[in-house]
Amino acid sequence: MPRVAGVDIPGDKPTIVALQYIFGVGPKIAEAICEKAGLKPQVRSKELTEDQLSKVATILDGDYVIEGQLRRQIQQNVARLKDINCYRGSRHRRGLPVRGQRTKTNARTRKGPRKTVAGKKSVKEMR
Amino acid sequence: MTRSSKKGPFVDEKLYRKVQKATESGSREPIKTWARSCTIVPEFIGQTFMVHNGKMFHKVFVTEDMVGHKLGEFSPTRMFRGHTGAKKGA
Repeated sequence: MPRVAGVDIPGDKPTIVALQYIFGVGPKIAEAICEKAGLKPQVRSKELTEDQLSKVATILDGDYVIEGQLRRQIQQNVARLKDINCYRGSRHRRGLPVRGQRTKTNARTRKGPRKTVAGKKSVKEMR
Repeated sequence: MTRSSKKGPFVDEKLYRKVQKATESGSREPIKTWARSCTIVPEFIGQTFMVHNGKMFHKVFVTEDMVGHKLGEFSPTRMFRGHTGAKKGA
């Protein structure tokens, strides 16, 4: 298993897929890296040479924000919103959807598992 | 869809003039406004606004971080007091 960008050890998948196991690298960036490093996207990543791997590492280092750094950046952006007390910040604080989605139903990704309230009428009963 | 950059940010003319006047005279009086859709531009930094939310005015002191947001984002229009029978401190 080759190692790139510190902890990431993408397995015996095509290079273009393996690279996407890195946080912050998706299809688009993976393709760009392959091109810049002159790699065949379909070659299994374990078949890459040391040289090629270090090339990938330098590209990742120079042009992209990935892994911990990216996570920190995201966290900082959210913290900023919370800090200035704007609407989006307050939604983050309450763990509710931030971009104006409905919350009467759904929104489970943000709200987490359903908390059933005793005595509350269900959707079926209301009809 | 985001606003065309050709137009620049939307800034309420009247409010902008008011801000300029206030900065010139060095006034620290909060500026009452209904212009919730007005983008906060760097000139607003350090001013205090009273932003209407449909019912009352919320005091908003503009800091550097707020540039680019709208005034309305800092004056919530809805109030959620919790559901009936909601447990306290939950």
